[in-house]
Amino acid sequence: MSEPTAVEQYETLLAELQAVVERLERGELSLAEALRLYERGAELAAACQQLLDAAELRVRQLDSA
Amino acid sequence: MRAFSVSDLNSALRTHLEGEGLFFDLWLLAEVVEFRRYPSGHCYFTLKDEQASIRAVLWRSAADRLAKLPANGEAVLAHGRVGFYEARGEVQFVVDQIVPAGEGLLNAQLEQLRARLEAEGLFDERRKRPLPLLPRRIGIVTSLQAAALQDMLTIFRRRYPLAEIVLSPCLVQGELAPASIVAALRRVYAEPVDLVILARGGGASEDLAAFNDEQVVRAVAASPVPIITGVGHETDTTLVDAVADLRAPTPSAAAEQAAPAVVDLRQRVAELRERAANAMLAYLDEQRRTIAQQASALQRNHPRRRFDAARQTVDELSRRAERAFERWLALEQTRLQGLQARLQTLSPQATLARGYAIAQRADGHVVTDPAQVQAGESLHLTLRAGTLLVAVEDSHE
Repeated sequence: MSEPTAVEQYETLLAELQAVVERLERGELSLAEALRLYERGAELAAACQQLLDAAELRVRQLDSA
Repeated sequence: MRAFSVSDLNSALRTHLEGEGLFFDLWLLAEVVEFRRYPSGHCYFTLKDEQASIRAVLWRSAADRLAKLPANGEAVLAHGRVGFYEARGEVQFVVDQIVPAGEGLLNAQLEQLRARLEAEGLFDERRKRPLPLLPRRIGIVTSLQAAALQDMLTIFRRRYPLAEIVLSPCLVQGELAPASIVAALRRVYAEPVDLVILARGGGASEDLAAFNDEQVVRAVAASPVPIITGVGHETDTTLVDAVADLRAPTPSAAAEQAAPAVVDLRQRVAELRERAANAMLAYLDEQRRTIAQQASALQRNHPRRRFDAARQTVDELSRRAERAFERWLALEQTRLQGLQARLQTLSPQATLARGYAIAQRADGHVVTDPAQVQAGESLHLTLRAGTLLVAVEDSHE
């Protein structure tokens, strides 16, 4: 099995970002929780963007024997 | 016995031959000889094989529709019906379609295969699966030599560099191509890909034969993951296109349709970040409102407020007490005046005014009995208008 592709990392980060945003939007948080979630969201968004910026296409060729 | 005329016979023969519908819609595989086109535009010739021959006619209207007229000695597939030419009592094959046998045979076989696969339901729209939104590993089955591969890789680098491309090379033309494509497909199916592209740059249409091969078509139909075909030019359609989950007109189009562009993903992330920021602002707003509400509740419950309230109560009570006191006072005064009036009537003053006097000892004791005094003692006599000091000379019982 090959190592995770950028897509898989992106999907993982995006899923967490989405969960964080939804949690924030749902409300009923303490200020500390809200701030912690917001900071986590900002980190995740930055990580996603960085991943998208840095991604390089990987090409693996199968043997045609 | 009745004698037929030749016309009657030929007419009956014609009705018999053409009326039954037995010899309509026929394909003849034959060689063309004695081909001749008349100035009228109609073509007359003979179709023959090793043992037999039949006269044939190609009317101008049909001849004009052909891309190329047949030539003497050419093997052809001719489509038409059997007719009877009464004037000469001749059977003839009336051709409406004629193609070189090689190509015609191929097409006929292709049509047969298409019909068979269709009957199996392989072209059913319901078989078509949606493509993954974010493909992780994309299998590409194509020739390493073709520009098509470089075109696709360029598109993936620019639009979607997140995936891993699993390249499974194969031959795309020649006799070995079908087996090579099938093997390459199977190799890529064994990989953890979630999308496959089968591609082939443009070429002459006979070069695309491998993509009409039954084994190749079945291998495409058997793909465990969605498969996109991008075979040839826009105008070429092959059987693999019909069984693929998505048919792209060219290899480049296949690459573009395989995945979203990374700019769209960036946009997605930016939107989420904005939502987080908005949620945070809304949260802070809400907190601010809550604090404001609590502050005003606190204000309402301040001890001074209660003190004020108590003081108000006290004020109220004392006001009431005052009013009650005043009422009481007024009542008392009224009563007092009544008493005074009554007192007035009882006062000794009135008696004194009538000439009586009150005798009092020096100690103030009122004397009502002579025994209370002794001779020589002084008494005060109170009269209406004043007091007399008198001496007692004697006392009588």
